[in-house]
Amino acid sequence: MNNTVISVRGLGKAYRIGMVNPKHTNFRETVMEAVKTPFKRMRKYDDDFSTDEPDTFWALKDINFDVGQGEVLGVIGRNGAGKSTLLKVLSRITEPSEGEARIRGRVSSLLEVGTGFHPELTGRENIFLNGAILGMKHAEIKAKFDEIVAFSEVEKFLDTPVKRYSSGMYVRLAFAVAAHLEPEVLIVDEVLAVGDASFQKKCLGKMGDVVKHGRTVLFVSHNMDAVASLCTQCLVVEKGRASEKLSPEDGVKAYLSLTNADGSVPLRERPRIQHRTRPAIFTGLKITSGSGHPNVVQTGDAVTFEIDIENCEDLKNVTCGIALHNERSQRIVFFHTLFHSGFTFAGSKAGKLICKVPSLPLVPDSYYVELVMSDGYQFIEKVERVDRLDVVFANTLGTGKIPSRGQGFFVLPCDWKHEG
Amino acid sequence: MSSSVSQLELTKPLETHPPVVDYYSQAELVIRPRRGWIPVDWKELWTHRELLYFLAWRDVKVRYKQAILGVAWAVLAPLLSVLVFTLIMGARGLGTNKSLPPDLKDHTGLFLFAGLIPWMFISQAIGTGGLSLVNQQNLLSKIYMPRLFIPASTIGSGLVDMCISFGVFFIWMVGAGYTPSPQIVLLPFLVLLTVLLSLGLAFVLSAATVTYRDLRFLIPFITQIGMWLSFVILPYKSVFNKKWEYVLLLNPFFGIVDSFRSCMFRGWGWQPWHLLSSVLWTAAVLAFGLFYFRKTERRFADIA
Repeated sequence: MNNTVISVRGLGKAYRIGMVNPKHTNFRETVMEAVKTPFKRMRKYDDDFSTDEPDTFWALKDINFDVGQGEVLGVIGRNGAGKSTLLKVLSRITEPSEGEARIRGRVSSLLEVGTGFHPELTGRENIFLNGAILGMKHAEIKAKFDEIVAFSEVEKFLDTPVKRYSSGMYVRLAFAVAAHLEPEVLIVDEVLAVGDASFQKKCLGKMGDVVKHGRTVLFVSHNMDAVASLCTQCLVVEKGRASEKLSPEDGVKAYLSLTNADGSVPLRERPRIQHRTRPAIFTGLKITSGSGHPNVVQTGDAVTFEIDIENCEDLKNVTCGIALHNERSQRIVFFHTLFHSGFTFAGSKAGKLICKVPSLPLVPDSYYVELVMSDGYQFIEKVERVDRLDVVFANTLGTGKIPSRGQGFFVLPCDWKHEG
Repeated sequence: MSSSVSQLELTKPLETHPPVVDYYSQAELVIRPRRGWIPVDWKELWTHRELLYFLAWRDVKVRYKQAILGVAWAVLAPLLSVLVFTLIMGARGLGTNKSLPPDLKDHTGLFLFAGLIPWMFISQAIGTGGLSLVNQQNLLSKIYMPRLFIPASTIGSGLVDMCISFGVFFIWMVGAGYTPSPQIVLLPFLVLLTVLLSLGLAFVLSAATVTYRDLRFLIPFITQIGMWLSFVILPYKSVFNKKWEYVLLLNPFFGIVDSFRSCMFRGWGWQPWHLLSSVLWTAAVLAFGLFYFRKTERRFADIA
């Protein structure tokens, strides 16, 4: 491929465990440690540590891929999978431990909006400062100044120190500067998840714009909608290793199946809120639907929650509920036995609670499931973020279009007509 | 998933970019692990020079914001120090001003001022420069930039203060009717040396503070003890006799602070050795600072 812009070969990044988060507790401890084991401490911060040592953790290992000119490569994966490390290596923030990457063209990375913003400086001053930090020339910032201000919608407050800005204004200004970068290669980490819904849409539009003009973009996101709509190719990162380049659809699918095969901590051992301490009641949750994948449901489809319960032989007349929260922790729906007839509960050593929802018309997004059991006054047990439920697009309205995240919470049918 | 194509259609393109991107006119950037000694990338520093200016400009702007007297502090702060130390020196019993040469006897304030100007600059550079990296970790962990600029930019606001101080100093000198010695023409060179020495120190200390936060506690001591060991206040001649004063040159700050005085005050005596020692110290500290900073730089983001 001769139009390769980014070429990554055998890239790896190792951290020595303990170095990722060195202890700097207090002066006395530091001195004592240094006195007791002076060489260990020096070795710990030595640059060229051997990567075969047992306390080495490979955040990235053996990454290989090429990105061609004008491609938009989505990098997806769970938290801690190594996506951010990959972006940090490619943006030269941290150095790889092995392998190499070659990049052609001016690179800009946006791992955070508003890096270097100073709260005491005014909006105007911060535009210049942040622009310079992002690598823009003074003349370039000056030329785009009006555009940046218009995009940020904070004209009136340009001469106010940004510490007096609302968080929304702050983020809008910060993104506006970043959005006017014109690098050949743009590396973006999840910065679209800022601001209110309408601003998010504007940012997404701006990103789409950048893409249309033949720039090469590396884009990390948890927003599967954005990945599917903006990216031309997709890389799924898991435990420091990257998949082949996939089509966005396949990438999103691979990611969803990853998120659901979460074997981390069994529900039984998860922290929970209990009014009176007792053995765990909720011990398992299974979410099934017509989609075939566990924990993935198409908008408007039926979904079944099966909750395993234990240790509740002493309980009678309890109520149970399943709540779905979105990523911004807004409670979207609440399925609770209080609102529905036909539920009786007699204590048992172990059993199952089954909740069938005939239709779940939520907008495509990720939702978190919360389980509660109460005696009418107090929580007997409540477990937050038990599992994730991904609602994915379905053509329920027959037009190929449905509201998306930020445009509403539900996908409901209706009739429109014009009279008169 | 295709639903969200509609999101893009909702937002009209806001402007037109230059549509053609010429990737091949650009040099290829190679990212790979580096070992050992990493030379300073002067070319990169030069292309990003505007950033250095903006960072320094930010520090200057922020320094006196929301202070009622604002920039007036740049004039008041050194004058207050001079006043306090003049009172101490003139105190009965201490009488340290008696050890001053005859032409300076009536100009204790000027004598102190001349030493305090470089010292205040150095201690500010060590203090703010040394903590510049740990205080702005986002600049290390969220973006790539020539990181040498972060400690270097802190020198800028010190430089502005120093210029203001010199202004006040010369007004005082003229007002008091003191005629300086001809070596005063070396003053710009001394200022340059002070800046370079401070840069070197800021590089070493800021890089070391990223790894060893202990320096956060040590830096204030360095500046306090350094002031006395460099004889910024007490005239060293009142403590050391001629035979032993060369020991003082082991202190990297002594030569430079004294050179400021010896190039201006006739009676104090021109001391080329002090100047030479400060040139050597500056070269050594700056070279080591650059070397150490570059060596540790690639791990900053991992341990910051």
